[in-house]
Amino acid sequence: MEKSTVFNNKLLPYCLLFPQLVITIVFFYWPASQAVWQSFLREDAFGLVSEFVGLENYQTLFLSPAYYAAMLTTVVFSISVGALSLSIALLFATQADKNLKAAGPYKTFLIWPYAVAPAVAGVLWFFMFQPSLGMLSRPLRGMGIDWNPLLNGTHAMILVVMASVWKQISYNFLFFLAGLQAIPKSVIEAGAIDGAGPMRRFWTIVFPLLSPTTFFLLVVNIVYVFFDTFGIIDAVTGGGPAGATTTMVYKVFADGRLGGDLGGSAAQSVILMVIVIALTAIQFRYVERKVQY
Amino acid sequence: MVEHRPLSDFIAYAILTLGVLIVAFPVYLALIASTHDAATVVGGHMPATPGSQTLENYYRAIFVGGSRTSREPVANMLINSFISAIGIAVGKIFISILSAYAVVYFRFPFRKTAFWIIFITLMLPVEVRIYPTYKVVADLKMLDTYAGLILPLIASATGTLLFRQFFMTVPDELLEASRIDGAGPFRFFWDTLLPLSVTTMAALFVIQFIYGWNQYLWPLLITTQDSMQTIVIGIKKMLVATDELAEWQLAMATAVLAMVPPVAVVIFMQRLFVRGLVQTEK
Repeated sequence: MEKSTVFNNKLLPYCLLFPQLVITIVFFYWPASQAVWQSFLREDAFGLVSEFVGLENYQTLFLSPAYYAAMLTTVVFSISVGALSLSIALLFATQADKNLKAAGPYKTFLIWPYAVAPAVAGVLWFFMFQPSLGMLSRPLRGMGIDWNPLLNGTHAMILVVMASVWKQISYNFLFFLAGLQAIPKSVIEAGAIDGAGPMRRFWTIVFPLLSPTTFFLLVVNIVYVFFDTFGIIDAVTGGGPAGATTTMVYKVFADGRLGGDLGGSAAQSVILMVIVIALTAIQFRYVERKVQY
Repeated sequence: MVEHRPLSDFIAYAILTLGVLIVAFPVYLALIASTHDAATVVGGHMPATPGSQTLENYYRAIFVGGSRTSREPVANMLINSFISAIGIAVGKIFISILSAYAVVYFRFPFRKTAFWIIFITLMLPVEVRIYPTYKVVADLKMLDTYAGLILPLIASATGTLLFRQFFMTVPDELLEASRIDGAGPFRFFWDTLLPLSVTTMAALFVIQFIYGWNQYLWPLLITTQDSMQTIVIGIKKMLVATDELAEWQLAMATAVLAMVPPVAVVIFMQRLFVRGLVQTEK
């Protein structure tokens, strides 16, 4: 789509673009290219000497069990958070879509966690499940579970997943509700006339018609789990215990911290960039077309 | 709806009420914890009702800060958070409305290139290029400054795409009419386009304010002085610094204070918020 009437100024458009282009190049393209360049270098701990080592950083990475562990953690974490937050949000959205009288206030009270910072959400959940003072740790211990997310990797993962799901439900709920409300009522009525009950109507009519929203949310949730949960993980577990909650993004941060392994950290950044670009490309190329409208 | 069954409505209310309770519970506990004294909270037997230390806890959190390590009072962190959140929101609106205007209303060489240069930034959040960006900001001597907190986070394409989309829906007749009246690009932008864009700007402001307020990794890296901390990283530092002896009642009071501005924005500007969210993401 293009405008048919435009202004003819020669210099003005460049002036208008200037602020954004400068900021984008200085804070985006320059650092991104530095990350790529750095991933081929090995720097000593003081950052004084750096030496070109080719693909060595990548080689080291793919030979290190810790990196595969981080990949596995990322997969487990993503699938758990994505599946739980999407299905819970869909449940709430279908209920709120029932023409209830009080649907408005319920909607408001379900969407506000979107505004809570991930790190704050992490602190809140950690407070509830802190082994010695957490309000919910005591009942767990009462049931005979030796609950301790500070020492037990599985418990730590469960806690991080719960906090991330809690934070993400509101977003998914909002989009599912909008998607549900966009489905024409006549289609559902036609199904009812043919004798389909509420469950049957949901799975054969509503759910397929909702697929564009679902696929959109799938991609957004993957990006959320990758990047926005950083604050939650750092606040709740700091990647531990023993790396049990170190995702790939967290590892980029942890490995480069205090000038540690900058080359390795940069190589991981590059791999992440490739993954995110691939995901976005998939979203644009395939999802839009193959989904039923 | 098709059929109206009382039972189905009842189930819906039950599920939604349960949902609201689960969503509210962690925040309720934080509120309660912020009204008790340290011993009650740390003892692990905190009652489920408010205590009597509310004023004292919030007073200490806001104006004094924690006692065990020398820390900043929260009032200062709140100011930092406000400045950077508003700076990010306003900065993004400013640079993106100008660039969208250029891309939509002008024809010039490299127009497509410029658009793509901006568009690609959509895909890569700051987290994946965190250390190189840190180095750039350090080289520019912007560590521990508001410019360092704000500028790297406004380099993104969301705003430009949103305004471009909106400008496309503005009828061409408006531009033709303004040109007949002798208006140049500045007049048209100022008198016609800007007033039409107010709602879009407001929606973008709401979303970006929340985004800026909730930033964590970036401020954590580039602020070394306590006086430049934002409130979100302030809470985390309260808990790390003293470990077991953390002053949870103060941390929870701080957490509540950190939640109030963005949550208030979502609740009181819900229409703008929903609009902004749906438009920037889709």
